[in-house]
Amino acid sequence: MRFVHNFGAMIISALHSLGEATVFTLDTLRWIVRPPFRIRAVLEQMQEIGYNSIPIVAITALSTGAVLAIQSYIGFKRFGAESMVGTVVALSMTRELGPVLTGIVVAGRAGSAMAAELGTMKVTEQIDALFTLSANPVKYLIVPRIIAATLMLPILVILADMIGIAGGASIGVGVLDANPVIYMKKTFEFLQLNDIYSGLFKSMVFGLIIAAVSCFQGVNTDGGAEGVGKATTRAVVVSTIMILLTDYVLTSILF
Amino acid sequence: MGKDYIIKVDNVHKAFGDKSVLTGANLSVERGESMVVIGGSGTGKSVLIKHMIGLMMPDKGKVVVDGKEVGKLNEEELNSLRRKFGMLFQGAALFDSLTIGENVGFALKEHTNLSKRDREKIVIDKLNMVGLKNVENLKPMELSGGMKKRAGLARAIAMDPEIILYDEPTTGLDPLMCDQINDLIVSMQSKIGATAVTITHDMVSASKIADRVAMLYNGKFISTGKPAEVFNDTNPVVANFCYIGKIVYETEAIYSRPIKG
Ligand SMILES: Nc1ncnc2c1ncn2[C@@H]1O[C@H](COP(=O)(O)OP(=O)(O)O)[C@@H](O)[C@H]1O
Ligand SMILES: [Mg+2]
Repeated sequence: MRFVHNFGAMIISALHSLGEATVFTLDTLRWIVRPPFRIRAVLEQMQEIGYNSIPIVAITALSTGAVLAIQSYIGFKRFGAESMVGTVVALSMTRELGPVLTGIVVAGRAGSAMAAELGTMKVTEQIDALFTLSANPVKYLIVPRIIAATLMLPILVILADMIGIAGGASIGVGVLDANPVIYMKKTFEFLQLNDIYSGLFKSMVFGLIIAAVSCFQGVNTDGGAEGVGKATTRAVVVSTIMILLTDYVLTSILF
Repeated sequence: MGKDYIIKVDNVHKAFGDKSVLTGANLSVERGESMVVIGGSGTGKSVLIKHMIGLMMPDKGKVVVDGKEVGKLNEEELNSLRRKFGMLFQGAALFDSLTIGENVGFALKEHTNLSKRDREKIVIDKLNMVGLKNVENLKPMELSGGMKKRAGLARAIAMDPEIILYDEPTTGLDPLMCDQINDLIVSMQSKIGATAVTITHDMVSASKIADRVAMLYNGKFISTGKPAEVFNDTNPVVANFCYIGKIVYETEAIYSRPIKG
């Protein structure tokens, strides 16, 4: 009972912050088009969110591609369709696992860092200090993060797609003894550009979600170091849930 | 009309959740004067000055700065009003991703067309005024608490603002440094005619810098006036809080620190 109650409360609070985060995001988007543009801040965030996430994204994609190859081989062998392993890996990675896993990994790595950094700035009054210096924190801190995350997620996903497919291929060819030429042929035979585009489009939305949710949690932090910890956790939990929900909605409506 | 009040805090109420902090605070600050706000820890002194610069909005009542009601301004008007202000935060609130030099020069870079060189000159100048040398390239993390406070002070005065809010400028500084900061506050007022609102627990500082003193207690100002008036207030709460101030104030006329610097 208690669990159900807690779960209900969690859902309600998640919906509540979802509403607030939406207003917050719209407000931020308004600022994106207003000069001056902080190119340098955007580049720094692109490095932080994108470049620095490459190792963890690569490892995740590699192991996912490899496991996918083994699992689909085991299943497909039962009805003699082992030759389709490459196809399954390619479709799963590009359409679904590349974007979603990259989104979740980046939420854990970069989203938490964003929430912690902005949360610390909030509780040490650095955000207030920006206001007193007539510098809008949205423009100064949040817009660069949103732009960077929205741009970098698709790039990370392209990387994840390639590494995942390569991971699947190395298992398929190296361990499961598939013919390399046939495996690669099967990989690309049924792959359409739309599979890749749809994944990239979704990942842009995920990037926006991660940055908006994490910045929102960060700037709404209160209660000292403990509050920063909570904001960081919430940033990861809320952005992960929103990525999964949005993924379902986008996939079923658009593609 | 009479006096020219640059800041008027009018019957301001502010609560956080069910905790009332300000319950009808009234305070008028004249243009060019040095107003010192005293009061126990947690009585809402910081909350009060955050209302003056529009970081917090009253639940009830209003704050008028330079003839404009802060709560009625839109984003842009509020931004231009804030340009009149410099604020030293209680915890300094330096941006820890920037160097000390970038912190102090922040507003110069954002809001002026000065060249990098001119900005650097001003930054060094302001840092010297607060007794800091060769710290431009350090990060806030590398400074002691007292140095951070002084760097925050340099940032607050970088644009030579009309109104300066000092939140406990001398807390955590050694006595000589306190003297220097007190002198600085006085000189900002005399040189550029800045209005100062200073929060302090430090009665020595209060008696040195104040044109007027106001004591906040239980969400209201219970005593406001010239230092001598407040320090001699017969209200036991005020008298108790100010007895050191009274001694210092009376002694000040006779003794002052013999050698400066
Ligand atoms: N942003 C805030 N949220 C909730 N409570 C606050 C906030 N700011 C201040 N308070 C509370 O208001 C009271 C007065 O705080 P403050 O103005 O900082 O006191 P002081 O007079 O020591 O400067 C304290 O009890 C503090 O906990
Ligand atoms: Mg305070």
